[in-house]
Amino acid sequence: MTEKIIIAGFGGQGVLSLGQFLAYSAMYENKEVTWLPSYGPEMRGGTANCSLVISDKAVASPLIETPDCLIALNKPSLDKFINNVKVGGTVIINSSIIKEKIERTDVNAIYLEANEIAQKAGSVKAANVVVLGAYVAASKLFPKESVKGTIAKIFKKKPNVIPMNLEAFELGYAAI
Amino acid sequence: MSERILMKGNEAIAEAAVRGGCRYFFGYPITPQNEIPEYMAKRLPEVGGAFIQAESEVAAINMVYGAAGAGGRAMTSSSSPGISLKQEGISYIAGAELPCVIVNMVRSGPGLGGIQPSQGDYFQSVKGGGHGDYRMLVYGPSSIQEAVNIIYKAFDKADEYRIPVMILGDGVLGQMMEPVALPDAIDVSALPKKEWATDGTKSGAERRIINSLYIEADVLEGMNNKFKALYEKLKAETAHETYLADDAEIILTAFGITARIAKSAVDLLREQCVKAGLIRPITLYPFPSDVYAKYAAKKNVKKFVTLELNLGQMVEDVRLAVNGKKPVEFYGRSGGNIMTPEEVVREILKRI
Repeated sequence: MTEKIIIAGFGGQGVLSLGQFLAYSAMYENKEVTWLPSYGPEMRGGTANCSLVISDKAVASPLIETPDCLIALNKPSLDKFINNVKVGGTVIINSSIIKEKIERTDVNAIYLEANEIAQKAGSVKAANVVVLGAYVAASKLFPKESVKGTIAKIFKKKPNVIPMNLEAFELGYAAI
Repeated sequence: MSERILMKGNEAIAEAAVRGGCRYFFGYPITPQNEIPEYMAKRLPEVGGAFIQAESEVAAINMVYGAAGAGGRAMTSSSSPGISLKQEGISYIAGAELPCVIVNMVRSGPGLGGIQPSQGDYFQSVKGGGHGDYRMLVYGPSSIQEAVNIIYKAFDKADEYRIPVMILGDGVLGQMMEPVALPDAIDVSALPKKEWATDGTKSGAERRIINSLYIEADVLEGMNNKFKALYEKLKAETAHETYLADDAEIILTAFGITARIAKSAVDLLREQCVKAGLIRPITLYPFPSDVYAKYAAKKNVKKFVTLELNLGQMVEDVRLAVNGKKPVEFYGRSGGNIMTPEEVVREILKRI
Protein backbone atom coordinates (compact mmCIF):
# COMPACT_ATOMS: atom_id res chain seq x y z
CA MET A 1 0.00 0.00 0.00
CA THR A 2 1.31 3.43 -0.95
CA GLU A 3 -0.93 6.49 -0.83
CA LYS A 4 0.22 9.82 -2.26
CA ILE A 5 -1.69 12.88 -1.13
CA ILE A 6 -1.35 16.54 -2.06
CA ILE A 7 -3.02 19.05 0.24
CA ALA A 8 -3.23 22.64 -0.99
CA GLY A 9 -4.92 25.88 -0.11
CA PHE A 10 -4.39 29.44 1.16
CA GLY A 11 -1.78 30.04 3.83
CA GLY A 12 -3.70 30.11 7.11
CA GLN A 13 -6.27 27.43 6.17
CA GLY A 14 -4.34 24.79 8.08
CA VAL A 15 -2.99 23.05 5.00
CA LEU A 16 0.34 22.11 6.56
CA SER A 17 -1.19 21.05 9.87
CA LEU A 18 -3.81 18.92 8.10
CA GLY A 19 -0.87 17.16 6.48
CA GLN A 20 0.80 16.76 9.86
CA PHE A 21 -2.37 15.24 11.36
CA LEU A 22 -2.25 12.63 8.62
CA ALA A 23 1.50 12.12 9.05
CA TYR A 24 1.09 11.52 12.79
CA SER A 25 -1.88 9.22 12.15
CA ALA A 26 0.23 7.19 9.75
CA MET A 27 3.15 7.00 12.18
CA TYR A 28 0.92 5.89 15.07
CA GLU A 29 -0.43 3.17 12.77
CA ASN A 30 3.19 2.01 12.29
CA LYS A 31 3.28 3.08 8.67
CA GLU A 32 6.11 4.91 6.95
CA VAL A 33 5.39 8.48 5.97
CA THR A 34 6.99 11.59 4.52
CA TRP A 35 5.54 15.09 4.88
CA LEU A 36 7.06 17.65 2.58
CA PRO A 37 5.90 21.28 2.69
CA SER A 38 6.21 23.75 -0.12
CA TYR A 39 8.50 26.38 1.25
CA GLY A 40 9.47 29.60 -0.31
CA PRO A 41 8.76 33.29 -0.09
CA GLU A 42 5.25 32.47 1.14
CA MET A 43 2.99 35.07 2.69
CA ARG A 44 -0.29 35.17 4.53
CA GLY A 45 -3.04 34.67 1.97
CA GLY A 46 -0.65 33.11 -0.54
CA THR A 47 -0.88 29.47 -1.52
CA ALA A 48 0.64 26.66 0.49
CA ASN A 49 0.79 22.96 -0.14
CA CYS A 50 2.29 19.81 1.25
CA SER A 51 2.91 16.34 -0.14
CA LEU A 52 2.37 13.21 1.93
CA VAL A 53 3.44 9.74 1.02
CA ILE A 54 2.13 7.00 3.30
CA SER A 55 3.30 3.44 2.80
CA ASP A 56 3.74 0.03 4.40
CA LYS A 57 7.40 0.08 3.36
CA ALA A 58 10.10 2.76 3.43
CA VAL A 59 9.02 5.74 1.35
CA ALA A 60 11.33 6.09 -1.62
CA SER A 61 10.54 9.49 -3.05
CA PRO A 62 8.75 12.15 -0.98
CA LEU A 63 7.87 13.97 -4.21
CA ILE A 64 4.57 13.41 -5.97
CA GLU A 65 3.79 13.79 -9.64
CA THR A 66 0.46 11.93 -9.77
CA PRO A 67 -1.36 12.00 -6.43
CA ASP A 68 -3.87 9.33 -5.46
CA CYS A 69 -5.72 12.03 -3.59
CA LEU A 70 -5.88 15.81 -3.92
CA ILE A 71 -7.32 17.87 -1.10
CA ALA A 72 -8.02 21.34 -2.49
CA LEU A 73 -9.08 24.03 -0.05
CA ASN A 74 -9.17 26.88 -2.57
CA LYS A 75 -9.65 27.44 -6.30
CA PRO A 76 -6.03 28.25 -7.32
CA SER A 77 -4.91 25.00 -5.65
CA LEU A 78 -7.58 22.97 -7.40
CA ASP A 79 -6.62 24.46 -10.76
CA LYS A 80 -2.93 23.84 -10.12
CA PHE A 81 -3.17 20.14 -9.26
CA ILE A 82 -6.44 18.73 -10.66
CA ASN A 83 -4.93 17.48 -13.92
CA ASN A 84 -2.19 15.59 -12.06
CA VAL A 85 -4.54 13.38 -10.04
CA LYS A 86 -4.33 9.81 -11.20
CA VAL A 87 -7.28 8.25 -13.01
CA GLY A 88 -9.59 6.74 -10.41
CA GLY A 89 -8.10 8.95 -7.70
CA THR A 90 -9.98 11.04 -5.16
CA VAL A 91 -10.40 14.81 -5.07
CA ILE A 92 -11.75 16.42 -1.91
CA ILE A 93 -12.96 19.93 -2.62
CA ASN A 94 -13.79 22.54 -0.03
CA SER A 95 -17.06 23.69 -1.61
CA SER A 96 -17.46 26.45 0.97
CA ILE A 97 -14.84 28.31 -1.03
CA ILE A 98 -14.77 26.56 -4.42
CA LYS A 99 -18.14 27.04 -6.10
CA GLU A 100 -17.36 25.33 -9.44
CA LYS A 101 -17.65 21.61 -10.14
CA ILE A 102 -14.64 19.89 -11.66
CA GLU A 103 -14.70 18.89 -15.32
CA ARG A 104 -12.87 15.57 -14.88
CA THR A 105 -15.18 12.57 -14.72
CA ASP A 106 -12.46 9.94 -14.21
CA VAL A 107 -11.85 10.82 -10.56
CA ASN A 108 -13.98 10.49 -7.47
CA ALA A 109 -14.95 14.07 -6.56
CA ILE A 110 -16.09 14.80 -3.01
CA TYR A 111 -17.59 18.23 -2.36
CA LEU A 112 -17.45 19.21 1.27
CA GLU A 113 -18.77 22.42 2.83
CA ALA A 114 -15.90 22.33 5.28
CA ASN A 115 -16.21 25.89 6.60
CA GLU A 116 -19.95 25.60 7.39
CA ILE A 117 -19.44 22.19 9.01
CA ALA A 118 -16.54 23.54 11.07
CA GLN A 119 -18.72 26.45 12.19
CA LYS A 120 -21.22 23.91 13.53
CA ALA A 121 -18.43 22.33 15.56
CA GLY A 122 -17.54 25.71 17.00
CA SER A 123 -14.99 27.44 14.78
CA VAL A 124 -14.24 27.87 11.10
CA LYS A 125 -10.59 27.35 12.09
CA ALA A 126 -11.35 23.63 12.41
CA ALA A 127 -12.24 23.33 8.71
CA ASN A 128 -9.02 21.40 8.14
CA VAL A 129 -10.02 18.86 10.79
CA VAL A 130 -13.42 18.49 9.09
CA VAL A 131 -11.55 17.65 5.90
CA LEU A 132 -9.39 15.21 7.86
CA GLY A 133 -12.54 13.41 8.99
CA ALA A 134 -13.83 13.28 5.44
CA TYR A 135 -10.52 11.96 4.15
CA VAL A 136 -10.32 9.24 6.79
CA ALA A 137 -13.88 8.15 5.97
CA ALA A 138 -13.28 8.19 2.21
CA SER A 139 -9.84 6.57 2.17
CA LYS A 140 -10.44 3.98 4.91
CA LEU A 141 -6.69 4.20 5.44
CA PHE A 142 -6.78 4.41 9.23
CA PRO A 143 -9.22 3.32 11.92
CA LYS A 144 -11.37 6.28 12.98
CA GLU A 145 -10.61 5.85 16.69
CA SER A 146 -6.87 5.86 16.03
CA VAL A 147 -7.08 9.24 14.29
CA LYS A 148 -9.18 10.62 17.14
CA GLY A 149 -6.43 9.49 19.50
CA THR A 150 -3.92 11.29 17.30
CA ILE A 151 -5.95 14.52 17.48
CA ALA A 152 -5.97 14.31 21.27
CA LYS A 153 -2.20 13.71 21.33
CA ILE A 154 -1.45 16.63 19.02
CA PHE A 155 -3.52 19.05 21.07
CA LYS A 156 -2.41 17.74 24.46
CA LYS A 157 -0.89 21.12 25.34
CA LYS A 158 -4.19 22.86 24.47
CA PRO A 159 -6.73 20.45 26.01
CA ASN A 160 -9.57 22.98 25.78
CA VAL A 161 -9.62 22.74 21.96
CA ILE A 162 -9.73 18.92 21.85
CA PRO A 163 -13.55 18.48 22.14
CA MET A 164 -14.20 21.01 19.36
CA ASN A 165 -11.67 19.34 17.06
CA LEU A 166 -13.06 15.87 17.78
CA GLU A 167 -16.52 17.19 16.98
CA ALA A 168 -15.23 18.72 13.73
CA PHE A 169 -13.60 15.40 12.87
CA GLU A 170 -16.80 13.46 13.55
CA LEU A 171 -18.89 15.84 11.44
CA GLY A 172 -16.42 15.59 8.56
CA TYR A 173 -16.37 11.81 8.88
CA ALA A 174 -20.18 11.66 8.87
CA ALA A 175 -20.38 13.88 5.78
CA ILE A 176 -19.05 11.06 3.57
CA MET B 1 16.84 4.07 20.48
CA SER B 2 13.60 5.62 21.61
CA GLU B 3 10.09 5.41 20.20
CA ARG B 4 9.65 6.88 16.73
CA ILE B 5 8.64 10.51 16.65
CA LEU B 6 7.71 12.74 13.74
CA MET B 7 10.33 15.41 13.21
CA LYS B 8 11.43 17.94 10.65
CA GLY B 9 14.85 17.11 9.21
CA ASN B 10 16.54 20.25 10.53
CA GLU B 11 15.23 19.72 14.06
CA ALA B 12 16.05 16.02 14.10
CA ILE B 13 19.61 16.77 12.96
CA ALA B 14 20.01 19.39 15.69
CA GLU B 15 18.72 17.06 18.42
CA ALA B 16 20.89 14.17 17.22
CA ALA B 17 23.93 16.48 17.24
CA VAL B 18 23.26 17.37 20.88
CA ARG B 19 22.84 13.68 21.73
CA GLY B 20 26.12 12.98 19.91
CA GLY B 21 27.88 15.45 22.20
CA CYS B 22 27.63 18.81 20.43
CA ARG B 23 27.87 21.57 23.05
CA TYR B 24 28.80 24.65 21.02
CA PHE B 25 26.87 25.99 18.06
CA PHE B 26 27.64 29.15 16.13
CA GLY B 27 25.44 30.20 13.27
CA TYR B 28 23.90 32.90 11.17
CA PRO B 29 20.40 32.66 9.67
CA ILE B 30 19.69 31.54 6.12
CA THR B 31 16.85 29.55 4.52
CA PRO B 32 16.39 26.54 4.38
CA GLN B 33 18.33 25.60 7.54
CA ASN B 34 16.98 28.10 10.08
CA GLU B 35 15.34 25.44 12.25
CA ILE B 36 18.81 24.13 13.18
CA PRO B 37 20.06 27.31 14.92
CA GLU B 38 16.55 27.98 16.23
CA TYR B 39 16.50 24.55 17.88
CA MET B 40 20.06 24.84 19.17
CA ALA B 41 19.36 28.26 20.71
CA LYS B 42 16.76 26.64 22.95
CA ARG B 43 18.36 23.23 23.42
CA LEU B 44 22.06 23.85 24.09
CA PRO B 45 21.61 25.89 27.30
CA GLU B 46 19.59 22.94 28.69
CA VAL B 47 22.66 20.69 28.47
CA GLY B 48 25.18 23.26 29.67
CA GLY B 49 26.25 24.18 26.16
CA ALA B 50 26.40 27.50 24.37
CA PHE B 51 24.65 28.92 21.32
CA ILE B 52 25.78 32.13 19.68
CA GLN B 53 24.15 33.83 16.74
CA ALA B 54 27.22 35.42 15.23
CA GLU B 55 27.30 38.76 13.40
CA SER B 56 28.16 36.97 10.14
CA GLU B 57 28.98 33.57 8.69
CA VAL B 58 32.67 34.46 8.78
CA ALA B 59 32.43 35.16 12.50
CA ALA B 60 30.44 31.95 13.09
CA ILE B 61 33.02 29.66 11.49
CA ASN B 62 35.86 31.39 13.33
CA MET B 63 33.97 30.84 16.60
CA VAL B 64 33.83 27.16 15.64
CA TYR B 65 37.60 27.34 15.05
CA GLY B 66 38.10 28.79 18.53
CA ALA B 67 35.78 26.41 20.35
CA ALA B 68 37.21 23.38 18.52
CA GLY B 69 40.74 24.55 19.37
CA ALA B 70 39.75 24.72 23.03
CA GLY B 71 38.61 21.10 22.80
CA GLY B 72 34.84 21.59 22.54
CA ARG B 73 32.49 19.66 20.31
CA ALA B 74 31.56 22.53 18.00
CA MET B 75 29.23 22.82 15.06
CA THR B 76 27.84 25.28 12.57
CA SER B 77 25.20 25.03 9.89
CA SER B 78 24.27 27.16 6.94
CA SER B 79 23.09 26.97 3.36
CA SER B 80 25.06 27.47 0.17
CA PRO B 81 25.91 31.21 0.07
CA GLY B 82 26.59 31.08 3.81
CA ILE B 83 28.83 28.04 3.42
CA SER B 84 30.76 29.91 0.72
CA LEU B 85 31.45 32.66 3.24
CA LYS B 86 32.71 30.08 5.74
CA GLN B 87 35.26 28.55 3.37
CA GLU B 88 38.28 30.49 4.62
CA GLY B 89 37.56 29.36 8.16
CA ILE B 90 37.01 25.75 7.08
CA SER B 91 40.42 25.73 5.39
CA TYR B 92 42.01 27.13 8.58
CA ILE B 93 40.26 24.49 10.70
CA ALA B 94 41.46 21.74 8.35
CA GLY B 95 44.97 23.23 8.34
CA ALA B 96 45.05 23.42 12.14
CA GLU B 97 43.94 19.75 12.39
CA LEU B 98 40.79 20.56 14.32
CA PRO B 99 37.57 18.56 14.55
CA CYS B 100 34.19 20.16 13.88
CA VAL B 101 30.88 19.39 12.20
CA ILE B 102 29.36 21.53 9.46
CA VAL B 103 25.87 21.08 8.01
CA ASN B 104 25.08 22.50 4.58
CA MET B 105 21.39 22.43 3.65
CA VAL B 106 22.05 23.23 0.03
CA ARG B 107 19.93 25.71 -1.91
CA SER B 108 20.14 26.56 -5.57
CA GLY B 109 22.85 28.83 -6.93
CA PRO B 110 25.16 30.29 -8.09
CA GLY B 111 25.24 33.62 -6.30
CA LEU B 112 22.32 34.34 -4.04
CA GLY B 113 20.41 31.89 -6.24
CA GLY B 114 17.10 30.64 -4.87
CA ILE B 115 15.96 28.98 -1.68
CA GLN B 116 14.75 25.72 -3.25
CA PRO B 117 16.71 22.45 -3.00
CA SER B 118 19.82 21.76 -5.03
CA GLN B 119 22.98 19.67 -5.06
CA GLY B 120 25.10 22.37 -6.64
CA ASP B 121 27.62 22.39 -3.77
CA TYR B 122 28.98 18.89 -4.45
CA PHE B 123 32.24 20.18 -5.94
CA GLN B 124 32.63 22.73 -3.17
CA SER B 125 32.22 20.03 -0.52
CA VAL B 126 34.34 17.20 -1.88
CA LYS B 127 37.05 19.00 -3.82
CA GLY B 128 37.97 21.53 -1.13
CA GLY B 129 35.79 24.65 -1.12
CA GLY B 130 38.46 26.73 0.57
CA HIS B 131 42.07 27.23 -0.43
CA GLY B 132 44.90 24.76 -0.07
CA ASP B 133 45.19 21.02 -0.21
CA TYR B 134 42.64 19.72 2.28
CA ARG B 135 39.66 17.39 2.43
CA MET B 136 36.70 16.87 4.69
CA LEU B 137 34.77 13.74 5.55
CA VAL B 138 31.56 14.44 3.60
CA TYR B 139 28.27 12.59 4.01
CA GLY B 140 25.21 12.83 1.73
CA PRO B 141 22.32 11.32 3.73
CA SER B 142 19.11 10.56 1.91
CA SER B 143 16.67 10.28 4.80
CA ILE B 144 16.14 12.02 8.11
CA GLN B 145 16.92 8.81 10.01
CA GLU B 146 20.18 8.40 8.13
CA ALA B 147 21.09 12.06 8.74
CA VAL B 148 20.38 11.53 12.45
CA ASN B 149 22.55 8.41 12.62
CA ILE B 150 25.37 10.16 10.75
CA ILE B 151 25.48 13.37 12.77
CA TYR B 152 25.24 11.39 16.01
CA LYS B 153 28.55 9.71 15.09
CA ALA B 154 30.01 12.72 13.24
CA PHE B 155 31.59 14.27 16.34
CA ASP B 156 33.37 10.98 17.11
CA LYS B 157 34.66 10.81 13.54
CA ALA B 158 35.77 14.44 13.64
CA ASP B 159 37.66 13.84 16.90
CA GLU B 160 39.16 10.55 15.71
CA TYR B 161 40.64 12.02 12.53
CA ARG B 162 40.88 15.66 13.73
CA ILE B 163 39.10 16.75 10.58
CA PRO B 164 36.04 18.83 9.66
CA VAL B 165 33.05 16.62 8.92
CA MET B 166 30.42 17.95 6.56
CA ILE B 167 26.84 16.78 6.20
CA LEU B 168 25.62 17.75 2.77
CA GLY B 169 21.84 17.91 2.83
CA ASP B 170 19.38 19.96 0.84
CA GLY B 171 16.20 21.90 1.32
CA VAL B 172 14.02 18.79 1.09
CA LEU B 173 15.93 16.92 3.78
CA GLY B 174 15.82 19.97 6.05
CA GLN B 175 12.15 20.83 5.57
CA MET B 176 10.62 17.37 5.28
CA MET B 177 9.11 15.49 8.23
CA GLU B 178 9.57 11.75 8.72
CA PRO B 179 9.24 9.38 11.66
CA VAL B 180 12.61 9.05 13.34
CA ALA B 181 14.07 7.15 16.26
CA LEU B 182 16.62 9.21 18.16
CA PRO B 183 19.66 7.57 19.74
CA ASP B 184 20.36 7.98 23.46
CA ALA B 185 22.50 10.92 24.50
CA ILE B 186 26.16 10.15 25.09
CA ASP B 187 27.91 11.11 28.33
CA VAL B 188 30.18 13.96 27.25
CA SER B 189 32.07 13.90 30.56
CA ALA B 190 33.33 10.41 29.65
CA LEU B 191 34.90 11.54 26.36
CA PRO B 192 38.70 11.18 26.16
CA LYS B 193 40.72 14.32 26.94
CA LYS B 194 42.16 16.12 23.93
CA GLU B 195 45.88 16.34 24.63
CA TRP B 196 46.33 19.01 21.97
CA ALA B 197 43.54 21.37 23.06
CA THR B 198 44.32 24.92 24.16
CA ASP B 199 42.16 24.73 27.25
CA GLY B 200 43.96 27.19 29.51
CA THR B 201 46.87 27.02 31.89
CA LYS B 202 45.08 25.53 34.92
CA SER B 203 46.07 21.98 34.05
CA GLY B 204 49.73 22.93 34.30
CA ALA B 205 50.33 21.37 30.92
CA GLU B 206 52.99 22.60 28.54
CA ARG B 207 52.21 25.51 26.25
CA ARG B 208 50.15 24.38 23.28
CA ILE B 209 49.74 26.24 20.02
CA ILE B 210 47.04 25.83 17.40
CA ASN B 211 48.02 27.31 14.09
CA SER B 212 48.01 26.64 10.37
CA LEU B 213 50.99 28.85 9.47
CA TYR B 214 54.13 27.01 8.30
CA ILE B 215 56.59 29.41 6.68
CA GLU B 216 59.27 26.83 5.94
CA ALA B 217 58.46 24.92 2.75
CA ASP B 218 59.88 21.65 4.04
CA VAL B 219 57.91 21.87 7.27
CA LEU B 220 54.69 22.62 5.39
CA GLU B 221 55.34 19.81 2.94
CA GLY B 222 55.72 17.56 5.97
CA MET B 223 52.28 18.69 7.12
CA ASN B 224 50.86 18.15 3.62
CA ASN B 225 52.22 14.61 3.62
CA LYS B 226 50.72 14.05 7.04
CA PHE B 227 47.35 15.13 5.62
CA LYS B 228 47.86 12.83 2.65
CA ALA B 229 48.34 9.89 5.00
CA LEU B 230 45.31 10.97 7.01
CA TYR B 231 43.09 11.11 3.92
CA GLU B 232 44.34 7.68 2.94
CA LYS B 233 43.31 6.37 6.37
CA LEU B 234 39.96 8.13 5.99
CA LYS B 235 39.07 5.68 3.21
CA ALA B 236 38.03 3.26 5.98
CA GLU B 237 34.93 5.45 6.42
CA THR B 238 33.74 4.99 2.82
CA ALA B 239 30.08 3.96 2.76
CA HIS B 240 27.52 3.24 0.07
CA GLU B 241 24.26 1.40 -0.60
CA THR B 242 23.32 -0.64 -3.65
CA TYR B 243 19.75 -1.46 -4.64
CA LEU B 244 18.87 -4.20 -7.15
CA ALA B 245 22.26 -3.61 -8.75
CA ASP B 246 23.50 -7.19 -9.08
CA ASP B 247 21.60 -8.19 -12.24
CA ALA B 248 21.13 -4.62 -13.47
CA GLU B 249 21.81 -3.63 -17.05
CA ILE B 250 21.41 0.06 -16.37
CA ILE B 251 22.75 1.48 -13.13
CA LEU B 252 21.34 4.73 -11.85
CA THR B 253 23.51 6.56 -9.39
CA ALA B 254 22.63 9.46 -7.15
CA PHE B 255 23.17 10.76 -3.64
CA GLY B 256 20.99 12.42 -1.02
CA ILE B 257 17.38 13.14 -1.83
CA THR B 258 17.92 12.36 -5.51
CA ALA B 259 18.86 8.79 -4.58
CA ARG B 260 15.37 8.29 -3.13
CA ILE B 261 13.83 9.52 -6.37
CA ALA B 262 16.19 7.18 -8.25
CA LYS B 263 15.13 4.27 -6.03
CA SER B 264 11.47 4.90 -6.90
CA ALA B 265 12.46 5.10 -10.55
CA VAL B 266 14.27 1.75 -10.29
CA ASP B 267 11.08 0.16 -8.94
CA LEU B 268 8.99 1.69 -11.72
CA LEU B 269 11.51 0.56 -14.36
CA ARG B 270 11.56 -2.98 -12.95
CA GLU B 271 7.74 -3.04 -13.29
CA GLN B 272 8.32 -2.34 -16.99
CA CYS B 273 10.87 -5.19 -17.17
CA VAL B 274 13.84 -2.83 -17.44
CA LYS B 275 16.71 -4.25 -15.39
CA ALA B 276 17.64 -1.11 -13.47
CA GLY B 277 19.62 -0.81 -10.27
CA LEU B 278 21.07 1.88 -8.04
CA ILE B 279 24.40 2.77 -6.47
CA ARG B 280 24.09 5.40 -3.76
CA PRO B 281 27.23 6.89 -2.23
CA ILE B 282 26.68 7.64 1.47
CA THR B 283 30.11 9.22 1.86
CA LEU B 284 30.81 11.69 -0.94
CA TYR B 285 34.38 12.02 0.27
CA PRO B 286 35.90 9.48 0.41
CA PHE B 287 34.01 8.51 -2.75
CA PRO B 288 33.13 4.80 -3.08
CA SER B 289 35.10 4.44 -6.33
CA ASP B 290 35.77 0.73 -5.84
CA VAL B 291 32.06 -0.06 -5.98
CA TYR B 292 31.69 1.66 -9.36
CA ALA B 293 34.80 -0.10 -10.65
CA LYS B 294 33.36 -3.44 -9.55
CA TYR B 295 30.05 -2.90 -11.35
CA ALA B 296 31.75 -1.38 -14.41
CA ALA B 297 33.64 -4.66 -14.80
CA LYS B 298 30.44 -6.72 -14.80
CA LYS B 299 29.21 -8.05 -18.16
CA ASN B 300 25.52 -7.40 -17.48
CA VAL B 301 26.06 -3.67 -16.85
CA LYS B 302 25.49 -1.69 -20.06
CA LYS B 303 25.71 1.87 -18.75
CA PHE B 304 25.56 4.21 -15.79
CA VAL B 305 23.27 7.23 -15.54
CA THR B 306 24.11 9.80 -12.86
CA LEU B 307 21.20 11.83 -11.54
CA GLU B 308 21.84 15.10 -9.75
CA LEU B 309 20.15 18.37 -8.87
CA ASN B 310 22.85 20.35 -10.66
CA LEU B 311 24.46 20.56 -14.10
CA GLY B 312 26.72 17.53 -13.55
CA GLN B 313 29.21 17.34 -10.69
CA MET B 314 29.31 13.89 -9.04
CA VAL B 315 29.19 12.46 -12.58
CA GLU B 316 32.88 13.40 -12.88
CA ASP B 317 33.78 11.19 -9.92
CA VAL B 318 31.63 8.40 -11.33
CA ARG B 319 33.49 8.69 -14.67
CA LEU B 320 36.86 8.55 -12.91
CA ALA B 321 35.77 5.45 -11.02
CA VAL B 322 34.24 3.71 -14.07
CA ASN B 323 37.43 4.63 -15.93
CA GLY B 324 36.05 4.34 -19.45
CA LYS B 325 34.87 0.75 -19.05
CA LYS B 326 31.20 1.65 -19.60
CA PRO B 327 29.38 4.80 -20.77
CA VAL B 328 28.47 7.22 -17.97
CA GLU B 329 25.59 9.54 -18.80
CA PHE B 330 24.01 12.37 -16.88
CA TYR B 331 20.57 13.77 -16.21
CA GLY B 332 20.04 16.74 -13.93
CA ARG B 333 17.61 19.42 -12.91
CA SER B 334 18.56 22.75 -11.42
CA GLY B 335 17.31 26.10 -10.26
CA GLY B 336 15.51 24.47 -7.35
CA ASN B 337 13.46 22.12 -9.54
CA ILE B 338 13.37 18.49 -8.49
CA MET B 339 13.01 15.55 -10.83
CA THR B 340 10.17 13.11 -10.15
CA PRO B 341 10.53 9.32 -10.36
CA GLU B 342 8.26 9.30 -13.45
CA GLU B 343 10.48 11.91 -15.11
CA VAL B 344 13.55 9.76 -14.43
CA VAL B 345 11.78 6.74 -15.94
CA ARG B 346 10.95 8.70 -19.12
CA GLU B 347 14.57 9.84 -19.30
CA ILE B 348 15.97 6.32 -18.84
CA LEU B 349 13.60 4.79 -21.42
CA LYS B 350 14.96 7.27 -23.98
CA ARG B 351 18.47 6.01 -23.28
CA ILE B 352 18.03 2.26 -23.70
